[in-house]
Amino acid sequence: MKFNNKVIIFILGILFLVFIAACSTSPAPPAAPEQVIRYNIGAEPATLDPALSSGMVEQTVANALLEGLVRLDKDGHPSPGVAESWEISPDGKTYTFKLRECFWSNGEPLTADDFVYSWLRLLSPETASPYAYQLFYLVNGREYYAGEVKDPASVGVRAEGKDRLVVNLKAPVPYFLALTAFPALFPVPESMVSRDPEGWTLAPGKFAGNGPFKLAAWEHNKQIILEKNEHYWDRENVRLEKLVITLVSDSHTELAMFENDQIDIAETPPYREIERLAQSGQLKVSPDLSNEYYMFNTKVKPFNQVLVRKALSLAIDREALVTNLTKGGERAAYAFVPPGVEGPAPGHDYRSLGEKLIEGFNPAEAKRLLAEAGYPEGRGFPVIELLLDDNQNHKAVAEAITGMWREHLGIESKIVEQEYRVYLNTMFARDYQVARVGWIADYNDPMTFLDMWVTGNDNNLADWENAEYDRLIGSAAGSGDRAARSELMFEAEKILMDELPVVPIYYYTNPYLEKERVKGVIHPSFAILAEFKWAYVE
Amino acid sequence: MLVYILKRAGFNLGVMLVVVTLTFFLMHLLPGDPFMSQRLNPEIKANLYAKHGLDQPVARQYLDYLSALARFDLGESLKYPGRTVNEIIAESFPVSAAVGILALVLALVLGVTLGVLAGVWQSRWPDRLILAFSTLGLSIPNFALGAGLVYLFALKLKIFPVAMLEKPIDLVLPVLTLAAWPAAVITRLIRTEMIEVLKRDYIIAAMVRGLDPARVILRHALPNALPAVIHYSGPLAATLLTGSFIVEKIFALPGLGQYYITSIGNRDYNLVAGITIFYTFVLLVATFLTDLLAFSMNPQLRYRNGS
Repeated sequence: MKFNNKVIIFILGILFLVFIAACSTSPAPPAAPEQVIRYNIGAEPATLDPALSSGMVEQTVANALLEGLVRLDKDGHPSPGVAESWEISPDGKTYTFKLRECFWSNGEPLTADDFVYSWLRLLSPETASPYAYQLFYLVNGREYYAGEVKDPASVGVRAEGKDRLVVNLKAPVPYFLALTAFPALFPVPESMVSRDPEGWTLAPGKFAGNGPFKLAAWEHNKQIILEKNEHYWDRENVRLEKLVITLVSDSHTELAMFENDQIDIAETPPYREIERLAQSGQLKVSPDLSNEYYMFNTKVKPFNQVLVRKALSLAIDREALVTNLTKGGERAAYAFVPPGVEGPAPGHDYRSLGEKLIEGFNPAEAKRLLAEAGYPEGRGFPVIELLLDDNQNHKAVAEAITGMWREHLGIESKIVEQEYRVYLNTMFARDYQVARVGWIADYNDPMTFLDMWVTGNDNNLADWENAEYDRLIGSAAGSGDRAARSELMFEAEKILMDELPVVPIYYYTNPYLEKERVKGVIHPSFAILAEFKWAYVE
Repeated sequence: MLVYILKRAGFNLGVMLVVVTLTFFLMHLLPGDPFMSQRLNPEIKANLYAKHGLDQPVARQYLDYLSALARFDLGESLKYPGRTVNEIIAESFPVSAAVGILALVLALVLGVTLGVLAGVWQSRWPDRLILAFSTLGLSIPNFALGAGLVYLFALKLKIFPVAMLEKPIDLVLPVLTLAAWPAAVITRLIRTEMIEVLKRDYIIAAMVRGLDPARVILRHALPNALPAVIHYSGPLAATLLTGSFIVEKIFALPGLGQYYITSIGNRDYNLVAGITIFYTFVLLVATFLTDLLAFSMNPQLRYRNGS
């Protein structure tokens, strides 16, 4: 069979050539010993324009490229940014910022007028910024956004000369100073923005920033390359020469790249690998201002009864969930506001006022309350419909919790999984009984977790109403005294945890991977994923 | 011939219009919208709606979309401000197409070769071996195959990078992952056809007359086994060229396939519609070309048309 041999030799030959070709390409050399960090952020940013973005990925990159009046340091405290100093009036409503002499990365000077322009742009309805409400604190801020006030001069932000910015607030906001470090309040360069209002961050030639780094390249869905900004005012303290932000979305690919030394920091280690990574000592965990809770539609029977909600809460063994199931460093939650939120004084944890506002796992008491509510041993209780988004981790937790309800209360449940936006739609339409929800802080204050439960708030999807709660939150919002408003919010939170329209499950943490040679990267607890100003490689 | 092409083009245009209409309305029927967020602020949402014209009646939006489409303008992305759908497709399609063409060629070469070998040696060990391989190719999902290849060639042998491909040679793993399934399908198609063809009288007659078996198989049998594969490769080419979500995700390829899936989750109406229209276009062109190819290769069709 001449033909057979020929074909076999031909195929073997091809295989041999492929093998040779494959072996002759040497593996990539290890990363150069220069000041370069490769950081995988896990997703393509929608935009780098701080006024148009609403996600943490976008804000993280914007925070490296731009800088607000202040910048948060490693403890989350405001440190001087564009503002070298500031004064706050005794009534807490007027802020006067003294700006330093500084420049955009294209060499143009940055003045107080740039802030007025940028903040009015954020508040302009044409910009349609998702974070416009972060400036509704200004005098006439909301009114300008709604078009009720047309004159920009009547909005509470004005320049006095080149280096003084005066801000007038409607009411004292103790966290306003820290809020000026939030990306939506960053200055943007008018000369660049006016040329391409939505696309000015898409290419280095169109972009100018005032942050520690400047944009060198953006290859969509692949990587964003940042380089040190030589025009940055504090360039002496920026040691990193280059920051390569990779946009790999698959968490297993990210982990493989980390283990293969292709990246130095991995932001989203796969859930299933967390235990192994923790045991091998590679996993690092930073605090996170976020929680997971189960929300009741308080207008639907039988969840309108406080006794029922309490019984369901008492039947949940939160310690078992975090030690046996989630294992990502989560902490069982016995109150609504997570630890780490600033309270009575700067650097003083709000949770120090009290850690435990609800009772922990107590099946006997749960049974008793359920019987008292009219459902002894769960008899006559309808099947609970539990609404989730399509996330495997959320489902695993839901299966455990519904199992506890069945075991301890004799209540059956049905888990309803919906694609994320369908799930949101269902909740907004109030077409649910119980829903799993997570909440992340927008700013470092308990109010970001508490004001949504006020009667009629757009985000009060539990439709819960409590006049005393509304009064306490209203008083806290109007008070500029940190200690007093913390007390008021704490009293309000006690009512929330007594009536349980929302049952806290656990507080999240932020697990990530970082090579030992990388130093000085800050992993803040909210708004941005990583801060690179002070980062370097050893 | 020209009449046939014109008829076909007219029909395809009709198909496109149906696809555009269905996509547009189905997208708007999906619960949830592009600016739905957990932090609901009705004023802000209303402004975002107005900015993108979503506050208009759906019929009006549809007509606006069609008139823009007539100018080949697929609109702006709702998720990525400042980027048009045309730009996104122009940037990401070449990446998907490069991987897709290589995978298509590999699948065809591998599939036809192995299929012929298996057909010739029916029920003997080479056939069994090839069948076993093709069964593996069909049954291993490509995310598992991709992960396995990464583990072996990137993490253990360190021949290729895990992802973030820089050099053309880095495309080997994604191309292999993408080609495995179609190669297996083609192998089986060719094998079945070859077994059928090799039983025919004229082949047996040629063999009996002592003609070179290789020549008989390649010149006389194979061309009669090919049409099935040619018809299959039209839709296959469209699928491979426009990118695979899973392969692009595993290897972090900045291709079109990733946008297709994420844009649905984002309710980026314009991007979903744009990519669907583009995919339909590629599919219709690829099917048309393979039909022409089959037509030119089939003497029966050729003569019938000529007479």
